[in-house]
Amino acid sequence: MKILAFGIVKDIFSNAVIDVDCKNDSSVDDLKHMLEKKYPGLNELGSYMIAVNNEYASAGDIINENDEIAVIPPVSGG
Amino acid sequence: MNIDIKILPEPLNIPACINWVMSPECGGINVFIGTVRNVTKQKKVIRLEFEAYESMAISEMNKIAVSSFTKWPVQKILIHHRTGVLEVGEVPVVIVVAAAHRDIAFTACRYIIDTLKQIVPIWKKEVFEDGEVWVAAHP
Repeated sequence: MKILAFGIVKDIFSNAVIDVDCKNDSSVDDLKHMLEKKYPGLNELGSYMIAVNNEYASAGDIINENDEIAVIPPVSGG
Repeated sequence: MNIDIKILPEPLNIPACINWVMSPECGGINVFIGTVRNVTKQKKVIRLEFEAYESMAISEMNKIAVSSFTKWPVQKILIHHRTGVLEVGEVPVVIVVAAAHRDIAFTACRYIIDTLKQIVPIWKKEVFEDGEVWVAAHP
C-alpha cells in the first residue's frame, strides 16, 4: 500500500512515497500504529492526520488497497 | 457559486484577483494578502518554501469557500495560494471576498484565512542563515 508524505513527514520517511504492508480492512488507527513503530519520528510531531482519498480520516475508518492515503503533519499554509 | 480557487507555482497576480471579484452587486470587497516576513522569533528569515498536497488542498479550500456561502450572503470568493520558493516580501496567499456590504466581506475573509491556516494541507519551511524548520511541525 502506497503512502504519500508531505512536509516534515517526507524527512521522517526519507521519501515522498513509501510502500507498506497493510492488510485490507485495516483501520486508520492500525495504520498509524504501524507507521509509528517503523518511523518513531512521527511520535515527535505535535500531531498528524491521515487523509484517505483527499479527505481527513477518523481513527476507525477502514482503508483499502486502492485508496489514496497520505500522512498530513500539522499544516502551515497561508 | 462564484468561486475561484488555485494553487500556483508562479507569482500571484493581485490586480487580476481583485478584478475577478468586482461586480455591480458588490459594495464591499475585502482583500487579504499574506506576505513573507523577514523575521521569526528574532531570527532572520532568508526565504520560505511552500509545499501543497494539491488535490486535497484544492478540495479543502473549496469546502471553506462553499461553507462561507452557506454562512453569509457573499457574492464571490477567490483563494489563490503559491507553492515553491518565496523570498521576503513575496505573496504566498491572496483571498478576495465580495459582498453587498462590507461587514460580511470582512467577516468572511477573516474566516477563510483563519480556517485555511488550520486545515488546508499546505506546509511551509522557514530557511534561516543557520538552518531550516518546517513550521508548526513540533509542539
